[in-house]
Amino acid sequence: MEITFLLNGETVALTNVKPTTTLLDWLREERGLTGTKEGCNEGDCGACSVVVQDVDGQKALNSCILFLPQLNGKAVRTVEGLSAQDGTLHPVQDAMIKHHGSQCGFCTPGFIASMASAHANGATDYDNQLAGNLCRCTGYAPIIRAAEEASAEPVPDWIKDELPPSPEATSMQPVSSDALARLYAKMPEATLVAGATDVGLWVTKSLRDLKPVIFLNRCADLTEVEITEDAINIGAMVNMNTLREVLTPYFPSYAEMLRRYASTQVRNAATLGGNIANGSPIGDNPPALIALNATLNLRLGDRRRSLPIEDFFIAYGKQDRLDGEFVESISIPKQPDRLKVYKISKRFDQDISAVLGAFNITVEDGKIAAARIAFGGMAATPKRARHVEDALIGKAWNEETIANAWKAWEQDFTPMSDMRASADYRLEIARNLLTRYYLEDLGAQTSVLEVQP
Amino acid sequence: MSVSAPLPHDSAHLHVTGQARYVDDIPTPKGTLHLAFGLSTIARGTIEDMDLTAVRAATGVRLVLTASDLPFENDVSPSIHDEPLLSEGEVHYLGQPLFIVIADSHMNARKAARLAQVTYVEKTPILTIDEAMAAGSHFEDGPRIWARGTADDAIQNAPHQLNGSIDMGGQEHFYLEGQAALAQPQDNGDMLVQSSTQHPTEIQHKVAHALGMPMHAVRVETRRMGGGFGGKESQGNALAVACSVAALITGQTCKMRYDRDDDMIITGKRHDFRIDYTVGYDASGRVQGITFLQLARCGWAQDLSLPVADRAMLHSDNAYLLEHIRIESHRLKTNTQSATAYRGFGGPQGMLGIERVMDHVAHALQMDPLEVRRANFYAEADGGPSAPQSPAAQASPPEGILVRKNITPYGQPVTDFVLHDLVDQLCESSDYAARREAIATWNAANPVLKKGIALTPVKFGISFTLTHLNQAGALVHVYQDGSIQLNHGGTEMGQGLNQKVAQVAASRFGVAMSAVKITATDTGKVPNTSATAASSGSDLNGMAVKNACDLIRARMADFIGSHPDYACAPETITFKGGLVYAGGQELTFADAAKLCYENRISLSATGFYKTPSLEWDRIKGHGRPFYYFAYGAAVTEVVIDTLTGENRILRCDILHDAGSSLNPALDIGQVEGGYVQGAGWLTTEELVWDDKGALRTHAPSTYKIPACSDRPDIFNVALYKNTNAEDTIYRSKAVGEPPFMLGISALMALSDAVASCGAAYPNLDAPATAERVYHAVQSVQND
Ligand SMILES: Cc1cc2nc3c(=O)[nH]c(=O)nc-3n(C[C@H](O)[C@H](O)[C@H](O)COP(=O)(O)OP(=O)(O)OC[C@H]3O[C@@H](n4cnc5c(N)ncnc54)[C@H](O)[C@@H]3O)c2cc1C
Ligand code: FES
Ligand code: FES
Repeated sequence: MEITFLLNGETVALTNVKPTTTLLDWLREERGLTGTKEGCNEGDCGACSVVVQDVDGQKALNSCILFLPQLNGKAVRTVEGLSAQDGTLHPVQDAMIKHHGSQCGFCTPGFIASMASAHANGATDYDNQLAGNLCRCTGYAPIIRAAEEASAEPVPDWIKDELPPSPEATSMQPVSSDALARLYAKMPEATLVAGATDVGLWVTKSLRDLKPVIFLNRCADLTEVEITEDAINIGAMVNMNTLREVLTPYFPSYAEMLRRYASTQVRNAATLGGNIANGSPIGDNPPALIALNATLNLRLGDRRRSLPIEDFFIAYGKQDRLDGEFVESISIPKQPDRLKVYKISKRFDQDISAVLGAFNITVEDGKIAAARIAFGGMAATPKRARHVEDALIGKAWNEETIANAWKAWEQDFTPMSDMRASADYRLEIARNLLTRYYLEDLGAQTSVLEVQP
Repeated sequence: MSVSAPLPHDSAHLHVTGQARYVDDIPTPKGTLHLAFGLSTIARGTIEDMDLTAVRAATGVRLVLTASDLPFENDVSPSIHDEPLLSEGEVHYLGQPLFIVIADSHMNARKAARLAQVTYVEKTPILTIDEAMAAGSHFEDGPRIWARGTADDAIQNAPHQLNGSIDMGGQEHFYLEGQAALAQPQDNGDMLVQSSTQHPTEIQHKVAHALGMPMHAVRVETRRMGGGFGGKESQGNALAVACSVAALITGQTCKMRYDRDDDMIITGKRHDFRIDYTVGYDASGRVQGITFLQLARCGWAQDLSLPVADRAMLHSDNAYLLEHIRIESHRLKTNTQSATAYRGFGGPQGMLGIERVMDHVAHALQMDPLEVRRANFYAEADGGPSAPQSPAAQASPPEGILVRKNITPYGQPVTDFVLHDLVDQLCESSDYAARREAIATWNAANPVLKKGIALTPVKFGISFTLTHLNQAGALVHVYQDGSIQLNHGGTEMGQGLNQKVAQVAASRFGVAMSAVKITATDTGKVPNTSATAASSGSDLNGMAVKNACDLIRARMADFIGSHPDYACAPETITFKGGLVYAGGQELTFADAAKLCYENRISLSATGFYKTPSLEWDRIKGHGRPFYYFAYGAAVTEVVIDTLTGENRILRCDILHDAGSSLNPALDIGQVEGGYVQGAGWLTTEELVWDDKGALRTHAPSTYKIPACSDRPDIFNVALYKNTNAEDTIYRSKAVGEPPFMLGISALMALSDAVASCGAAYPNLDAPATAERVYHAVQSVQND
């Protein structure tokens, strides 16, 4: 493939790029830019973070699972390009020295990239901004002190790039959903790459040779969000951070779950379409979308069809998607917000859910008028708890009703044991999350994240 | 003076600009080859057939080596030659290296390594502590037992008894930089190895054996590691040896770095332990007698497991006087990764055992656990107020009390016990008592969420328990322009050792830090070094550097004093602020160096240091294994959700004793980082093996070290005003490992929170994941 982008302010034009070359390998092996580190090669540690600028602004991304074609038309800054040409340090670099924010220093370049990106965006929610950067040495405290101090400094002018002119469309990187539809219909064996937060690992960990590969990232129309009177329509290529912003006013609990979905870097890449299309039983969006009764819009060539999202997931590894068909958008019906999404994992941030429960329960006159409850991590697919719903609907909204639904849980779910949690724990927690929803409704404090020291 | 100044890490500027070089960043010659291991896919058995045709035929592969291709020794063990680099037919754990792929790229080597067709005759693996106990699978002949007094009688005769058991998981080091080595062949087949290792001399030794050459033919250099934590004390041997052998055979530079998943699957971790205890105590919570059964899962090879298990025994008293005690320690051999050194080196496990006992006893007596801890403290130093004595203790013969008063179970007197005062200060600064009350009130008002608080102390013994390791060397050059180059046997893994040692050198010569240059650790400059481990880095190397500097300084003073322009007694000459003051005159240090050079005074010296006063019999469990103790204490407050077990740390206050700190900024960094790592060990960091022996948590996606938001919301860390009673370098204390154990307060705070859910004792095992906390809540509620 042919691509053009800016690297630390200089134009790079590459031809014959192997499409699944990661930015990290290219930086370190081809360019000798070894400041950017490999700590895991799977998006989890942030040592490989770089700052990428596109039309939406600057964001941190993990270069270990970023394929070069995803940079086409963008600008990248690595740690080497965050200080000025004359050696003047970026304010976050200065502050990190002053506050002893590095010990072994191996995580540091990645932190610098994330911090510089947060700094450029005026973001000060450091626990979120840095959730995707692991440090084994410092305990993070000095890094946060550094970030706080640097926030008062102006954004240095040298880190803003003039984006290169938009490159011409290339055959495997269509620039509209129409073009994508034509290409994919002709080439249904191709692997679609959206944010590459799954596909990247197929290359770096499963060591798969993928070809052909179609990149979706230049289909601008797939990143659109349209809010109508009845629905929120979200393009398949909308990333998790954008989705979080979009949903905050409508479904704050969903947005709070997205705050904890992976990390800033992964959320900047991961798309809603990818999170649905991968069919994972532990993806975080599907249960929430099922509970909201969302509609999935698929497209094959010029043919479009829509289905309730829960019907998309047929069995483990099997979805209702035809060869050459792709996810175009998702529609969430507007509704009074009764949604709570509970993500249970070993670690609060940047962790795959052991259990994800989404509850959408409507209470009228003390009675449960409607209930849509869906779970991830409890079955081979994201799954609705229909027996539980049936046990609730029409009953009084009280502890007795919840207790009476006890048996229904086992009819809905027989979860597995794995390294994230045991089957028993999963089932018991699922039950307890309904209690949490109820108590929260009554005004009780139920989240340890909201407790202050 | 540079010593005690809070200077930043010497490489801080390089770190933040990405210029700091780690092994994988070193530019390599064209044609450099890359290595990967092919790994076993079963935990125990023998290889029936290993078909490597597809591996050899894979893209980019230059050569594949198996055990029979190795020219000399096939061993990478740091202890008893029981760890072949490549399997010779026996498979001991899932992930054991079977062959080496040598290819033109890292990726091609990794890809090829997966193409082997191996058939095995499988045997049932021994995976768990229970299975190993049942099979009698031990290192050493059997258990090691150390005892003092008459534990069983004392327990029997005590007013109260209880027993219990705690399981504590292992821990992955998760150094951010994975293991890596680079070998470059030199003239005559000599080898230059750059290795991410805490122990260059060990690498040199193992490589020399593998190449069939004397140690002088191998030079090992380590500039810095991206974290070590004990995980690079012996675990780097395999990569360095593999690269050196490959480099010898191919004549080409060879590099190997583990992919993260491979790293976690191949290398050893912290030992998981089960500790059973039986204790007799009185109404004040004072322990009358205690027995511990320590079961350590050591994995397939001995590695450093014996000294690790010893240190667990040595810390089963922590801060408490235990007069009648018996400790039985089993070092169990299992078909899992060979457990290895990890910050604290068994100390944390042993200490957690006794801290659990304190917590359990307090619960049984319905007392604040802190009161029980205080009741058991060693007496204060210098005849200050001693620990409260129970009536039972007073009834025993007075000379018995005197003799045993401040002596550890292994016979070492505790002469500078500062925890009474340190804990008082911490209680005050953290407002412990009021917060404990406030938490009880809060818990009464909150049905779902519960808070907990705990204060735990640390007393950690400093020195290698293998006495001969307590030595270090240094090489110091003063150049004629007054600049100083410095080398020592310690390695830099983030702890700031180089900076501390440079501060020592700058202080000895009275020059600015900019005059001192630190260079990479190099077996060609300082030989026969010990691992940078046991927190001993600055104690040993700082002293060796001081001795070297003082030799040169004395030569300079002797000469200048004898010089007619200055004519004065050498002892009256001082080195300060970049100047040398002699005979009422002054000259710059640079001029002094030049003068000495021109007058043929040697300006280069080696320094040597060995820790005094040590003597230790590990079989009897008696003597003075430690030069001194480092102290600290932490108060942690947590909140748990009783519906899910989710939990988090709200606040932590720490007061830690670093003696008179060489560099308070770096020391506080060690304390903060150590605490978070220790808390991680006991909360979210869970290693899970399946019943085939496959490690299921072999990447950061499944193994969860603390992330940014897991640090305490409020995190107050201070150094205790103290100076080392022993004559250490500027009276400082080691600070690498001790703060790790402050993390124990997090587990105890969780236990406190769970305890508020019912009457029963929580019996909370570690790591206290949400699931374990949930089950503990359930058992407390249902009891
Ligand atoms: C470090 C890390 C943390 C993570 N944490 C979480 C987490 O907390 N919660 C969670 O749910 N997931 C998590 N994930 C998984 C991952 O981020 C998601 O599954 C992600 O949403 C996938 O989106 P993507 O755009 O990156 O997809 P890609 O990797 O590009 O593609 C994924 C799959 O979907 C297909 N695909 C993509 N777009 C379309 C489309 N429009 N139509 C049809 N097929 C398509 C691809 O061909 C591929 O099969 C994590 C991943 C990483 C690496
Ligand atoms: S290397 Fe760990 S996130 Fe990229
Ligand atoms: S400084 Fe070592 S991992 Fe962060």
